[in-house]
Amino acid sequence: MTILETSGLTITLGGQPLVHDVSFGLAARDRIGLIGESGSGKSLTALALLGLLPPSMRTSGRILIDGEDHLGAPDRQWRRVRGRTVSIVFQEPLTALDPLMPVGRQIAGPLRLHQGLNRSDAERRAIEWCDRVHLPDPARLVRALPHELSGGQRQRVALAMALACRPRILIADEPTTALDVTVQAQILTLLDELIEETGVGLLFISHDLPVVAGVARQLLVMRDGRLVESGPVEDVLRRPRSGYARQLVASAATVTRLARPGRRGEDR
Amino acid sequence: MSTPMVETAETVEAAGTVKASGTRRRPGWRSPSLVVGAALLLTVLALALVSLLWSPYALDHTDPAARLTGPSARHWAGTDRLGRDQFTQLMLGARTAVWIGLASVAVAFVIGVPLGLLAAAAGRFVENAVIAVIDIVIAFPTLLLAMLLVTVYGPSTAVAISAIGIGVSAEVARLTRISASRVFTQDYVLAARTCGTGPLMILVRHVLPNIWPTLLVQATLAFGVAVIAEASLSYLGLGTPPPAPSWGRMLQEAQSTMSVAPWNVLLPGIAVAVTVVGVNLLGDGLREVLDPQLRQERRAADR
Repeated sequence: MTILETSGLTITLGGQPLVHDVSFGLAARDRIGLIGESGSGKSLTALALLGLLPPSMRTSGRILIDGEDHLGAPDRQWRRVRGRTVSIVFQEPLTALDPLMPVGRQIAGPLRLHQGLNRSDAERRAIEWCDRVHLPDPARLVRALPHELSGGQRQRVALAMALACRPRILIADEPTTALDVTVQAQILTLLDELIEETGVGLLFISHDLPVVAGVARQLLVMRDGRLVESGPVEDVLRRPRSGYARQLVASAATVTRLARPGRRGEDR
Repeated sequence: MSTPMVETAETVEAAGTVKASGTRRRPGWRSPSLVVGAALLLTVLALALVSLLWSPYALDHTDPAARLTGPSARHWAGTDRLGRDQFTQLMLGARTAVWIGLASVAVAFVIGVPLGLLAAAAGRFVENAVIAVIDIVIAFPTLLLAMLLVTVYGPSTAVAISAIGIGVSAEVARLTRISASRVFTQDYVLAARTCGTGPLMILVRHVLPNIWPTLLVQATLAFGVAVIAEASLSYLGLGTPPPAPSWGRMLQEAQSTMSVAPWNVLLPGIAVAVTVVGVNLLGDGLREVLDPQLRQERRAADR
């Protein structure tokens, strides 16, 4: 059953369309990759799906969450959805965490908010979550501040925070772009594991085709605010129909060929 | 959000482990201005506190035989033209200065912080309205405001406190708005909103904890401003009415005998200067110790 569906989503800023007529649906256990270059409207689409666009931007179309149209809904209605039905993980895990708040309290925040847990219960759950995302020594780590963790650890915290309230849809907005390659692989493995465990539907946004291809089963290709191609990953990789998708596949293939002697590109 | 950022070297997962909590909160007492400022201010505070229990003479005690004497064993800071002990006056003046300073800062923060937060959190219309009000109050000299209030309500401690408090609150509101706006644009606020956190919770959980060091520094500076304003008002006869002593009025009273007894002018002047320099140094020191940016850099250097 489709949990999140958008049809004809259009975002304009001062009459200038930034995202044009984007439609897709996400169900539990779906894994959709959204790929496109910087500025193609990927992140805007993600923010629109949570009702978090700046007020100066206008949206039209429909955003159905559990069959209910949320586009233009008041903030109060959106707040019930955010974190509980749809969650998001951002690209830069350092800035996405409050620098002065221990990470445990940041994970516990949504739990207390949506599930009404008291402080100690929420903290216990936060420790559990730290364990589930394989952070070392969770009981002590929950009291650390974000800058005391490494980049990969911070992204694990962000994942725990996003998944703490058991959302049914997870939007990952370039979650590995800010990490170096080895850490990126570890985070992707973790993401894979968590998706299998929780059955969450995934929208994985990236500009990196090999990364998306490794995580997603369906692929949406976006350029200049429009979806130019969509379909199962294998189809898009083998028979790209749009010119842009062909370019993406060709450049990714070059990288893979270069990496082949050491087989680094595909070891995941 | 979609701008790729290059992470620093600490991204290697295996290398980064949580530091032992023992070394986490380093005391920042290495800041010399903090130490000197605190020492100066503590001296003034001590004078004020001791005056509650003890002073060399009673406030209204006069010694007609020893008028305008210089500092001696009997009168540590000399006497004025009525033969009043100047050290007693200085001690009780410190009490007035500290009390009016603290109360004014409290008034300024009670008005300024909510106003600044409101401007930062609400939409553009409210924000512009608040900015206009702040600009008007800043453009209006505090002393003029105080004179206005005094002509209407007569000179009293409460009038002095409200006048100074309102005058300073504009600065506080402006600083709060600017710092809070900066926090509101941070990714972690966006992240909190993606978790469904409401605007009030974001203020309490994320904005206030991130701006309070700035506000604390501002409070120390505002205290200095308030002490000077109180001295100026009393000097002009608009502050705390007699018999309550005040450094400003001591200056004014000693003016006519300045050539005979220069120390009578010097001492209250020095008292005001010491207090203001003290709070400014303390503010600088606190900024060094509390500023998250500086603190992080220092901690990174310690690694």
